[in-house]
Amino acid sequence: MKRLLINKIILTLSTISALIGLAFLAWILVTLFIKGLSSFHFSLFVNDLINNGLRNLIIGQFILAGMASIIGIPLGMVAGIYIREYGQGRYANLIRNLSDIMMSAPSIVIGAFVYAIVVVPTGHTSGFAGSIALAIMMIPIVISTTDSMLSLVPQELREAGIALGASKYKVIFDIVIKSAKVGIMTGILLAFARIVGETAPLLFTSQTSNYFTLDLTHAFPSLSVSIYDLASDVQTSSRDLAWAASFILTVMVLVINLTGKFITRNKK
Amino acid sequence: MLAMNIEKFSFTYPGVDEPSLKNITLPIEKNNITALIGPSGCGKSTLLRSMNRIHDLYPGNKYDGKIELLDETNKKYKNILKIKKENEFIKLRQQVGMIFQKPTPFPMSIFDNVAYGLKIAGIRNKSELSDRVEAALKGSALWNEVHDRLNKSAMGLSGGQQQRLCIARAVAVKPEVLLFDEPTSALDPISTSAIEELIVELKKDVSIAIVTHNMQQASRISDYTAFMYLGDLIEYDKTENIFLNPKEKRTEDYITGRFG
Amino acid sequence: MEKIFQKFAFSSATLVFIILLGIFITLFNAARPAINEFGLNFIVDPAWNKEVPLSTPQTTTDKSAAQKSVTDTNDESVDVNDYGDSSDDMIMEDEDDTPTKTIYGGLVPLVGTIFSTLIALAFALPIAMGISIFLAEIAPKKIATFVGGAIELLAAIPSIIFGMWGLYYFAPIVADLFGGFQVSLLTAGLVLGVMILPFMAAITRDSMNTTPDILKESAYALGATKFEVIKDVIFPYSKVGIIGSIILSLGRALGETMAVAFLIGSIFELPHKITDPTISIPVALANNFGEASGLGMSSLFYLALILFVMSFAIISFAKFYFLRKANS
Repeated sequence: MKRLLINKIILTLSTISALIGLAFLAWILVTLFIKGLSSFHFSLFVNDLINNGLRNLIIGQFILAGMASIIGIPLGMVAGIYIREYGQGRYANLIRNLSDIMMSAPSIVIGAFVYAIVVVPTGHTSGFAGSIALAIMMIPIVISTTDSMLSLVPQELREAGIALGASKYKVIFDIVIKSAKVGIMTGILLAFARIVGETAPLLFTSQTSNYFTLDLTHAFPSLSVSIYDLASDVQTSSRDLAWAASFILTVMVLVINLTGKFITRNKK
Repeated sequence: MLAMNIEKFSFTYPGVDEPSLKNITLPIEKNNITALIGPSGCGKSTLLRSMNRIHDLYPGNKYDGKIELLDETNKKYKNILKIKKENEFIKLRQQVGMIFQKPTPFPMSIFDNVAYGLKIAGIRNKSELSDRVEAALKGSALWNEVHDRLNKSAMGLSGGQQQRLCIARAVAVKPEVLLFDEPTSALDPISTSAIEELIVELKKDVSIAIVTHNMQQASRISDYTAFMYLGDLIEYDKTENIFLNPKEKRTEDYITGRFG
Repeated sequence: MEKIFQKFAFSSATLVFIILLGIFITLFNAARPAINEFGLNFIVDPAWNKEVPLSTPQTTTDKSAAQKSVTDTNDESVDVNDYGDSSDDMIMEDEDDTPTKTIYGGLVPLVGTIFSTLIALAFALPIAMGISIFLAEIAPKKIATFVGGAIELLAAIPSIIFGMWGLYYFAPIVADLFGGFQVSLLTAGLVLGVMILPFMAAITRDSMNTTPDILKESAYALGATKFEVIKDVIFPYSKVGIIGSIILSLGRALGETMAVAFLIGSIFELPHKITDPTISIPVALANNFGEASGLGMSSLFYLALILFVMSFAIISFAKFYFLRKANS
């Protein structure tokens, strides 16, 4: 039968293309693990980049993403609460849509924006500028997570709280957020994973540094930016360091992601 | 004469030890309506979904016993549990149609919905298609309501109309058996009685098995009724006997509303 | 307290609006010198950092071609460190005393962006469709969950990893197969395609999975084959969601920097063949921003503005025409 033949052909093609796609992705991961592990050494965690280590870069990357979280999470959560709990129809919807659009804004453009509003006035790159760029990337992700997690809380729960005479603010904080807690936390974790691996918005905001520093007012060490510098270096030793750094960065991102997925699955 | 004959049939879902249907023996009389009733979880839908093997979309089920289907072309019975090949499945599903709990119009026009089964069965001739679509819609008492908007999306119809469209779609391929899985559970009373009338009308041409949680519906439209409970077939008889004079205590308890 | 919190919440939500507006205004302001100087001609002008005589501001005069010493843009832009000097002053005195000025045009990065995105899409689309069909309809549930989870994880891998892998492992093979340079529009586009593949497959699968089981079952109950169910029920049902997902992936490819930066070659030259090196807007920004100044800097902001507007337009289009309908 011709129909069955077509069916078979298409299904086979689909399966083959799925295998091709997976093969590509496996290729990348295997390359990363082989190259990364062969250049990996525990001294990388002890030395700074100036001594061919990655310590300052890893700490720097976490501080940049951590600072971004300190700015971005409260703002994003509160904005998410606004559009789900307080928002009046059209305005809340407008912000929701704009936030989604902002989430897809090219990260390099956000870097350029922060360059213009922070780096140019202060005269030099700084850890603060990098954190602000990452925070701008993080805010819409946190908004959308908060919004969708709050939407899962049954309306009856809010009504029950109000019926007991609690104020709206009390209901939101004592009841709604508590019941959406796990979901929101997972979302925030995934948002963190997303920005901790970013390079483009940091290129000309925080830049990177060979030295260990906690001074956020100057150029700040960044693992991802240094990977870009090292990977295009002519020296093989630099490129090997770049592979080790990429390996560490990927493991960091994947571990955070898996933790998030694990929490969600346990909740279910 | 039997349209289908279920004998010592057991069914086990994947990953479960306990069979969901145990040793069911049930005749489906030709050109009659057989109702399957029983409390939720009794296995009536599971049994219905075995009769066209729609279960097999999800792998890992275990069948035992046999379910025979009368093939009108050669008047022979064939055990549908033996089916393994894709083209046999397709033939089975053309012989045994199915209507679901909720209306399931496809995202296409009214005409294309009804013509769908015919088209995939290989009928390409335009005039034959439109003749059979018209006949099916007339047979489903929908023609008068939709004949002037056949090219409009089926999504625009009301729930009752959508369900009659689904019946028309199933009837169009001229099946031998039609399976109804609680076809009116999502409908209002007026649409429900329209569907019930239609089902009674249809038994001239096809044999019908219907799962319903509504005992009045079963007593109104069916000729035979099977009462199922926890995976067992408790009692099967002419509908009036089941409702007026049940032999089993559990049947009586159920139809008098003492449980379920 | 109630009032204060509500005000704070309102302000935080409004911040989104302010940031987006702020990005637009800031980019526009910073790009203004370039916008005033070149106007819309910027987007059709292939010259970048090119000296032309003051009297004839056109891009390709014989004279400017003759002034080879400063116009050889290719070599300059490869090495970002040598870059800034020549773009400082709008008007320079040339050695033979002809008054000249430096002009900038955005055509090359614009073409690079569009074509690398199109190549990425052409490569990723069929494979992503295959993967999502496989996940949604073919694979047994356990395999679908596992493979689907793996693909979601792969979508989270930092894009710079795709770039590095592409440069050292994928590009040599592509160059062997198709000829030309290892860094080229083709290799950049393909690596970009590999990068958006998991994202596209994951969200397309999610769209397909919105098709109710009962709808698929009723098609199977009519004797449809799996392919017919996919073609006649699942695709029509989830069409808007799938198209929205594709456009969203396109938006992501358009603005991607790091996966492309290693591979596109980063030279301001129109590619004659698909295997020629060129540059895209994000890469132009990434490699030249730190060192540029004056009109060169302003022109980079002009490019950033164009990219921002393009991505804004594409994403809003996807949201308002496709994803909204898919949600409702």
